[in-house]
Amino acid sequence: MIQLFAAATGEVPGISEVVLWAIILCPLAAFAAITLYVRHLPKIAGYLSILAIGVSFVLSLIALVDVLGAGGGIAIYSHDWFRAGPLELALGVRIDGLTAVMLVVVSSVSLLVQVYSQGYMEGDPGYGRYYAYMSLFITAMLGLVLADNLFMLFIFWELVGLSSYLLIGFWFHKPSAASAAKKAFIVTRIGDLGLLAAILLIWTRHDTLAIHEIHDLALTGALAGTTLTLFGLGLFAGAVGKSAQFPLHVWLPDAMEGPTPVSALIHAATMVAAGVYLMARFFPVIEASPDALNVVGWIGAATVAVGASLALVQTDLKRVLAYSTISQLGYMMLALGVFGYAVAVFHLFTHAFFKALLFLGSGSVNHATNTFDMRLMGGLRTVMPITFWTFLIGTLSLSGIFPLAGFWSKDEILLEAWVNNKGLYAVAAIASFVTALYMFRAIFLTFFGTYKGGEPVDHEDEDSHFHGDPAHPHESSWVMTVPLLILTAGAIAAGWWAWGKEFHHFVEAAVPGGLHKAPDFSYWIAITSSLIAVAGIGTAWAIYHRGLVSSAEIRKVAFPLVALLENKFFLDDLYERAFAVQAFQRGWNRLVEVFDTTAVDGAVNGVGWVGTQSSRVLRHAQTGQVQLYGVGIAAGVFIVAIIVFIANPL
Amino acid sequence: MLLTLLVFLPAFAGLLILLLPADRAAYSRWLALLGSLVALAISIGMFFDFQTGGGFQFVDRAAWIDVGSFEIQYFLAVDGLSMPLVVLTTFLTAAAVLVSFSIEYRPRAYFACLMVLSTAVLGVFTAMDFLLFFLFWELELFPMYLLISVWGSGRREYSAMKFVLYTVAGSAFMLVAILALAFSAGTFDMEVLGTSTITTAVLPLGWVFLFLFIGFAVKLPIVPLHTWLPDAHSDAPTAVSVMLAGVLLKMGGYAIIRTCVTILPDQANDYGIWLAAIGSISVLYGAFVTFRQTDVKRLIAYSSVSHMGLVLLGIGALGTTAMVGAAYQMLAHGLITGMLFVVVGLMYERTHTREIGRLGGLARQMPLIATGLVFAGFASVGLPSLAGFIAEITVFLGAFQKHEWAVIMAIFGVVLSAGYILWTLQRVVFGPVRHEWDEADDQKHWWEHASVIGLAALVILLGVYPSLIMDMLDPAIGVVSARVAG
Repeated sequence: MIQLFAAATGEVPGISEVVLWAIILCPLAAFAAITLYVRHLPKIAGYLSILAIGVSFVLSLIALVDVLGAGGGIAIYSHDWFRAGPLELALGVRIDGLTAVMLVVVSSVSLLVQVYSQGYMEGDPGYGRYYAYMSLFITAMLGLVLADNLFMLFIFWELVGLSSYLLIGFWFHKPSAASAAKKAFIVTRIGDLGLLAAILLIWTRHDTLAIHEIHDLALTGALAGTTLTLFGLGLFAGAVGKSAQFPLHVWLPDAMEGPTPVSALIHAATMVAAGVYLMARFFPVIEASPDALNVVGWIGAATVAVGASLALVQTDLKRVLAYSTISQLGYMMLALGVFGYAVAVFHLFTHAFFKALLFLGSGSVNHATNTFDMRLMGGLRTVMPITFWTFLIGTLSLSGIFPLAGFWSKDEILLEAWVNNKGLYAVAAIASFVTALYMFRAIFLTFFGTYKGGEPVDHEDEDSHFHGDPAHPHESSWVMTVPLLILTAGAIAAGWWAWGKEFHHFVEAAVPGGLHKAPDFSYWIAITSSLIAVAGIGTAWAIYHRGLVSSAEIRKVAFPLVALLENKFFLDDLYERAFAVQAFQRGWNRLVEVFDTTAVDGAVNGVGWVGTQSSRVLRHAQTGQVQLYGVGIAAGVFIVAIIVFIANPL
Repeated sequence: MLLTLLVFLPAFAGLLILLLPADRAAYSRWLALLGSLVALAISIGMFFDFQTGGGFQFVDRAAWIDVGSFEIQYFLAVDGLSMPLVVLTTFLTAAAVLVSFSIEYRPRAYFACLMVLSTAVLGVFTAMDFLLFFLFWELELFPMYLLISVWGSGRREYSAMKFVLYTVAGSAFMLVAILALAFSAGTFDMEVLGTSTITTAVLPLGWVFLFLFIGFAVKLPIVPLHTWLPDAHSDAPTAVSVMLAGVLLKMGGYAIIRTCVTILPDQANDYGIWLAAIGSISVLYGAFVTFRQTDVKRLIAYSSVSHMGLVLLGIGALGTTAMVGAAYQMLAHGLITGMLFVVVGLMYERTHTREIGRLGGLARQMPLIATGLVFAGFASVGLPSLAGFIAEITVFLGAFQKHEWAVIMAIFGVVLSAGYILWTLQRVVFGPVRHEWDEADDQKHWWEHASVIGLAALVILLGVYPSLIMDMLDPAIGVVSARVAG
């Protein structure tokens, strides 16, 4: 065992290595126990999983307090795992400010979601399986943020992908779910190619995969030039897949086929943030390469724009939230592209709470109405007060209204962008208007106006376990509302940690080097961004509540744009129909297959045919006369001798 | 004597099975199981007794045939490269016996063939005299031919004959090369050949390398010598597919390292780039054709072509890391593809179809079998924490320095495999239930559980504890790569 410390500021956290491993192993043990023993005892599976994640949560808090106490120091524990020739790979854990924050985000949101799921998944035949998969996911996510080297990070990165696949496809009998799960895994894997290539590159050129050594390489300038840029872009490709950045964002909206708590935890609060975490983790690398930095910033901006604009035209509440997530992840990448390492992590932190809250809120709505279609909702404000108020606070937080969590983090992103890149600032500012607009559109459609009756229960469908009455919606039970209330507290207060740049100093200590100094708070930026958000809310109010402008009119006037948006910029068609099905499967693969059967196998069968035909002729040589055979043998020996002589002259 | 005992034990069990009276034919499966389990136990004992880094061990050597200046020996031994392959063989033999437990047609002959097959493969992995090696190599053909043509399905005679002719054609080249080596070096002893340098030869050594390679490449198989494999797989009974994918293909990769690279290191250096290129092409080509398959077994067969391409890529890089990765990939692929065939076999027994279009929604009717398929599928995709990932990443990391472009091409295989495997899972086990299969039962017999769980456990073990095998492979392959490096 090696214990390394590279505390830039502060001292080495004294936390025991055992505690860090226990954070990963508790949910893993729950996964194993549920899979092997209590699959068919659903309640117990749920309790076991909640207990395990509860322990992980407490240990994560201990770790956070410890690192805080150490002033943001770093501790690394690494062990040899296996070796092959010069290749030596290690398993190790690393604790620092960034990891500690991530641990607490992941474990706290997971814990709340696990509690909430007891209500949401009640009566589902796959209840035990659900908790097993969730435990596996939490293991993978905690391992990902604790990993001290890129190889181990990649392992958990892929396991996160697996659990996401299993949970999106949880209701596997639905073709849409099975298909969405496959899409998510394959699209993210395309990004993972980049990550894999980055691993190969850095190991081949610099013989290391340890995070702190890669940091040093970037800081000392040993990692530079093309290698640096390619390495940075390779990492970013992985992040683009996992964090649903344009142009690989297409899997995330479809991922909403999974149970809603899964969407809240995995596809909003934690897993999709893994890409942002990866970029933050290797920020010295990105920072050292202006090209990589630019790519990150502009891809982030494109994602912000694509996500926000598509969220405007969704009729499905969950899909609004999904596109909103894409857009917010774009903000985080954009922040990284303008040197805002700490700001990006901060937005990740606040976003986890209000976005998990919004998803769980939408799940609560679904539990009452049996649908996510906002056209079938309306007026739920009065029958579901807790859901309404918590959802509203989450929405205000997301829109960036003072003094809620989202205000602080979004404001800082705008500030960094304004100082470092005016172009990115413009995109971010316009998008924050759209953000407030689409979120309040959802609020007005869902909670105001008159109730449209929800989706009638299909009693024929044996898989449906809906046991409410959509005609008479009601508030959800306490296991669902209590997590909403707790997350609301986070959505309100999580931003206050940034007071006096406390948060920034804390996470900056985790990533050494000449970090860019964050600009000071600007009232001008804060007031502008608040006004923009309020304008968005006002516009939504005017269109969707008061009907001052008819949305049908807008559709008519802006027809081509609406068509473009409703078809998701035709990207899904381009990827799936044009590329995957036509060009790849029916075109290229068929071509290779035809070549294989006619040319390659055809040649083999052709040789066989020639063999049969010639034997028909040659059997006449089988006369049974020994002297003829003798001549043949002599001729053969002569020919072989000539070949040997030619090949090997004396 | 232990190694001799191990190699011939299965064949001896096969002989006993043949001697069973007709009214006791039902005992044949138990005898086969007993024989394979004892062989497995012996090989595991040897595995843990093996001195890592101690060169060739468990040597059984005797003079056999003396022809003038040539001495053909009976010479068996294992080193760090062959030891894990021997365990793989005995393990998969036991699994193959288990999945054959419900065979009713001429069980005595069937199990006898399976046992002889096991002996032949064990012989290939342990023979250190080149002529003895060749004999074992050819011995494997007889049981394979019978197993496919008698107990197979579909165009079984065609497939069996194609398999035999292909191998024999490759063997012809191999035999020329073996004789050329023997005439040049004056010995068939592979240990001597592998440590001495041949200066004068009766044939250019480049040709010798090429001839040996052709013989082994057919077995691996590489593109374009692969078309026998999908035919053989789709028409073979389950257990034979398990043996074929699990260990027979590995004879090719093993032999390339053991003979081509070790005996002719200079030629290996010259041709390394070509091996890597063919390997990469096989990875991609195999994957493309896999996408078009509609028969589950053919699909797995083509995916094998793709996965075995990685073995060749690793060997072509010639460094220790890459070749250890290649050897690890052989083990991983043996277990994973073995498991895929076992699970698909269970499915076939219940539905009597392998047409993907006719399957679907099986996760409801056969949850255990579906779980097995999903597990093996993800293992095949190279999911971390399972064996295939360790192998893939080691090959890539090892080969990248030497053959950058070949590796960059090959890593696309990672996405392609995810594509065809997940698409297959979607069509076979997920989606709406088909009431056609309502009557079909799930995995239920103990022998079915045993083979699936055993394979899955090893796939996980090799995925989380690679040192168990790597520490054994590393010194043995280090010797080879040091020889190549000069």
